[in-house]
Amino acid sequence: MESDRLQKLYIDFASVVFREGFLDNQYTLLQQLQDESEPKFVLQVGTLFLEDSEKLLNGLRSILDQQDVDFEKLDACVRKLMGSSASIGAKRVKNVCIAFHNSCKKGSKEGCLKYLQQMAQEYLLVKRKLETLFKLETQIVAAGGSVPLLSQ
Amino acid sequence: MSSYAAGRGEQEIHVLAVDDSSVDRALIAKILRSSKYRVTTVDSGKRALELLTLEPNISMIITDYWMPEMTGYELLKSVKESSKLREIPVVVMSSENVPNRINRCLEEGAVDFLLKPVRPSDVSRLCSRMR
Repeated sequence: MESDRLQKLYIDFASVVFREGFLDNQYTLLQQLQDESEPKFVLQVGTLFLEDSEKLLNGLRSILDQQDVDFEKLDACVRKLMGSSASIGAKRVKNVCIAFHNSCKKGSKEGCLKYLQQMAQEYLLVKRKLETLFKLETQIVAAGGSVPLLSQ
Repeated sequence: MSSYAAGRGEQEIHVLAVDDSSVDRALIAKILRSSKYRVTTVDSGKRALELLTLEPNISMIITDYWMPEMTGYELLKSVKESSKLREIPVVVMSSENVPNRINRCLEEGAVDFLLKPVRPSDVSRLCSRMR
């Protein structure tokens, strides 16, 4: 059956995503919260995360482009991204945010630039993983199946 | 002000959630609605205070700590300094576990302090503290 095939594909793909640390059990919590009253909850929150992250990354770039870096403003942005990545379960992004936050506290522009680059890379990677998961979830539901709950 | 209501008129417990992060607003709102509370979300302390002047029956305020312009601590203080609002229980959330911050909020009258990301079990324990 098509939904069985898609479910297996989804589980196999998600296992790698979890094993490689892109997502953690917070993502599973979002799946558990999804119900008939909000059947697209995970997709909605995921989309908000991706939109927010793009804006925050652009914000971080423009702050770091300044001659005199406002480390407080920078840190406020990083903390926001740290929070939202933790809320969706984007573990690797969150971990880079923690390192970035420490560089902000030290006032290290070099450190911040390095972590910004890492953060941008991790964001792109998790974005692709999430988009693939969302696509598979939509296909599973369209095929009449239910989305398997994932775990670390 | 962006707001979600559960849409079920018979619900009595109305929680106001304050967070400048759209992701966290969506998450806390969903957790609260799953516990059958009516929820309104706003993205700043300023909007929270505006809503509180219009909406008399808020049973609890759950607010993020770090917000631009007005922090959750400053919102907590404003609520506790207001004769009309001071009886509303306030819960503060933060993604950082900073003991001084937690103590300051509790001393200012917060009934609880939750570490983000908030989970359904965190919200369950708030039930007994609702007004």
